Amino acid sequence: MCCLSGTVKITTDVDSLRSEIRDKSVRVIDVRREADYKQDHITSAVNLPLATLLSDDSPERVLKLVNSMGIDDETRVVVYDDTFGALASRVAWTLEYLGHSDVSLLETTYGNWKSLGLENDSQIPNFQSKEHSMKLQSNILATSDYLESAKTRDDVILIDNRERLNFLEQHIPGAISLPYRTLASDGKILRPKEDMKRLLENRGVTENSEIITYCGSVGTLSGLAYYALKSAGLSNAKLYVRSFKEWKNLQKPTEKQEDASYWDLSAE
Amino acid sequence: MTVPNLKQTAKPVKPKTNWSRMDEADNFAKTVKLFRQGKYDEDSFRRFRLQHGAYGTRMTSDYAMVRIKLPAGEIYPHQFEKISQLSEQYSIGNAHFTTRESIQLHWVILEDVSEILRSLAEVGMTSREACGNTVRNVMCSPLAGVCPDEAFDSTPYALATAKFFLRNPMTQALPRKFKFTFTCCEKHGMARIVDVGLIPQTREIDGETQRGFKIFLGGGLGNKSFVGHQLEEFTPEDDLLYTSMAVIRLFDRLGDRTNLARNRLRYLVNEMGWEKFQNLVLKERAVVRATQSVITRLKVDTIPNEVRQPIRISDESGESTPDGYARWLKTNTVKQKQSSYHSVFITLEAGDITSNQLTAIADIIQDFSAEGKARTGFNQNVALRFVHEDDLVKIYSRLLRVGLAKSGALTMTAPIGCSGTTSCNLALTNSHRLAKEIQRKFLDLKLDEDGDLSGSSIKISGCPNACGQHSIATIGFFGGGARVGKDMYPNYQMSLGGRSDGSAMLGEICLRVPAKRVIPVILKIIELFKEHKKSDDTLQSWIHRVVNGNEDSQIKSLNDIKKVLEPLTIPPTKEDDPDFYLDYGSDTSYHTKTGKGECAA
Ligand code: HEM
Ligand code: SF4
Repeated sequence: MCCLSGTVKITTDVDSLRSEIRDKSVRVIDVRREADYKQDHITSAVNLPLATLLSDDSPERVLKLVNSMGIDDETRVVVYDDTFGALASRVAWTLEYLGHSDVSLLETTYGNWKSLGLENDSQIPNFQSKEHSMKLQSNILATSDYLESAKTRDDVILIDNRERLNFLEQHIPGAISLPYRTLASDGKILRPKEDMKRLLENRGVTENSEIITYCGSVGTLSGLAYYALKSAGLSNAKLYVRSFKEWKNLQKPTEKQEDASYWDLSAE
Repeated sequence: MTVPNLKQTAKPVKPKTNWSRMDEADNFAKTVKLFRQGKYDEDSFRRFRLQHGAYGTRMTSDYAMVRIKLPAGEIYPHQFEKISQLSEQYSIGNAHFTTRESIQLHWVILEDVSEILRSLAEVGMTSREACGNTVRNVMCSPLAGVCPDEAFDSTPYALATAKFFLRNPMTQALPRKFKFTFTCCEKHGMARIVDVGLIPQTREIDGETQRGFKIFLGGGLGNKSFVGHQLEEFTPEDDLLYTSMAVIRLFDRLGDRTNLARNRLRYLVNEMGWEKFQNLVLKERAVVRATQSVITRLKVDTIPNEVRQPIRISDESGESTPDGYARWLKTNTVKQKQSSYHSVFITLEAGDITSNQLTAIADIIQDFSAEGKARTGFNQNVALRFVHEDDLVKIYSRLLRVGLAKSGALTMTAPIGCSGTTSCNLALTNSHRLAKEIQRKFLDLKLDEDGDLSGSSIKISGCPNACGQHSIATIGFFGGGARVGKDMYPNYQMSLGGRSDGSAMLGEICLRVPAKRVIPVILKIIELFKEHKKSDDTLQSWIHRVVNGNEDSQIKSLNDIKKVLEPLTIPPTKEDDPDFYLDYGSDTSYHTKTGKGECAA
């Protein structure tokens, strides 16, 4: 299968994944914590806890991890989590960045998979490690330097995926707020395509723009947003993967909503 | 294998009325786009936006506040779930219950409002005509249908009235907003402080019981407040609609459309004089009655709502009664006229509730309310009714788990605070946070358990406009700024003796109290009262006597109270007490700042 044709599905539905698992034509990655994985997981899935990846996500390290999971350039990969797709998105994005294009998200969470009574067990699969190439896709990554210069362009839209109160309190100047909760619909990690398109279009986010997403710290919530954009056909998207945490550490300018005590509207 | 969900729940109760229209969402989205492209002028857009229930927000044109109206305050479990979801998607993860039985989502991006309208339509709710110059949410006492003192349940009449006027051409461009409130009885009333207030009553004619109302006209709160006048001894139910239409037609024709600050019905009534207005209404009603080509009637649905068997979840008997239960039972529940059933009021902080709590309430209604729905109340709160007395401990435990079991809902420890500087363009002070501060302090002091304080209330507005209803509070406050030299501090005008029941009157101005002195001042008033009260006095009855000059102790007048309190209100220097110069919820120096208000828009 060709890698860069753009035919890869953003999410995969439950039935397709089940048949791919039966055909042994897919590598499934479970990104939950090891203890949870060991208890039970989707049949045949391997475990890559997000924390393991984040402890060092340099391309060299990621390449090693990918090889050790038996993934080469041709392997079809599906990633899932139990956190509305945000952690899975971060892992999927990392594979994509490495140059692996045939990667999809499971359209639902593990919790939901299990409550539907679908195949799961506690067996740890055996497989041979493989050799993946490294073709870094820098067009899907935004660094702080890149962001700083891109922000001045009219055709760039910066999206903040944190919760609204956090956004009001502090955000990168010029960003628009799209809380991650907006991305999902009942039972699915992403809204239906038409719904997502309508929402984005109302907000002036269209395919004529380059779009950069960010969130609080490690690019999970904004990773999900990255895939939400792609699912709506907006493929010119980048993830500011080090997100607001790095931006603040670098003491770059931030902006806040002034003259209002919005925090006092929240209970608890 | 699919595991069926084994929890036994009763069939969900579905709403009888769909208040929504899906096409309004698309139309809203289109109009916002045209407005942003400059193809729609500011004023027309504002009118359009308000008509669809979206207000502006403090110091920004990017955000709106969406007010979801709940006619008669009725709300169903799946609607709670939807609002929970919307609050996370488009707002701040919280929603707000208002004094007029609506629910608000704040800090919504204007471009997202249409998405909210769309989702509301999925569950039959609307924000249409929740703001703007039209008939606002038609309220009904949260106890209507269960109140031991009511003549009959006014809920069906409130719903029918809401249905008749919603999207009705005759109400689309009134001189100003127009409010209806139906109540259950005199005591639980708010009938005299609204444009049209109604209390159900019956009379015997030829051995038959006839239903009707006491109708009060021309009351209302605001910069200048008025108590309403009763139209006639008895208005039969068949005349309810004609009377409402007559008043609205008169208001539409005669109301002041030029002077925005004085164009509510109450000003019209006041300027014309009550007797003249009363005559006009009676005449207009005769005209309305005679000229309706087809008999126009309210579609009053009086089929009693099904009361389901209370649901027994697995009986956790042997479980001990949680701490605080007795206190909560006393201050949050009311016995219904239906034996064995209680109405349970949930204490919120100035009406705020988290998305998780909204979802929890949906489940709790399903499990405990035999009517399968809830009612929003007059005090930024919500009531679950038809809870069986045997279930009260269990419902308390459930509420406790989600942080909704605070006591004091029906006491003065649950003050009202309008939005204030948290979101309102006109606000001068953070009235919202002040209400929360008072609540926390007074619950700590267990003032909710003090029987002497029952029936009293504290209500706070962030400016003179009275959204916090300060003028009908036993102790009311509205915000303003004051200064010492060049330094400003947040300040409140305090009024005493307001009430909205059968002896409705507006509170009388006592003195100005700096924000950070409000709590000590209220405590001092309570101390004074304890010192001078007669044995069966409540704070409310004592203040009532003082305000009306009928008190014979040392404290005879508002002025006497003022003299005692004045020393507490003297500003310290900024060096001695810098905190005095900050408003609640803010750590930067206080200054007043307001934007364009939309109450008159
Ligand atoms: C001159 C302008 C205004 C006047 C005279 C006014 C009047 C009122 C009154 C009298 C109420 C009390 C409800 C009742 O009728 O019993 C009310 C409620 C309310 N008003 Fe206003 N209003 C004004 C402007 C605004 C603005 C600009 C906002 C903010 C967008 C606002 C937000 C509210 C809210 C939120 C409530 C419900 C109170 C609560 O539970 O938080 N009002 N208004
Ligand atoms: S009383 Fe004043 S501050 Fe409070 S909501 Fe109304 S207009 Fe705003």
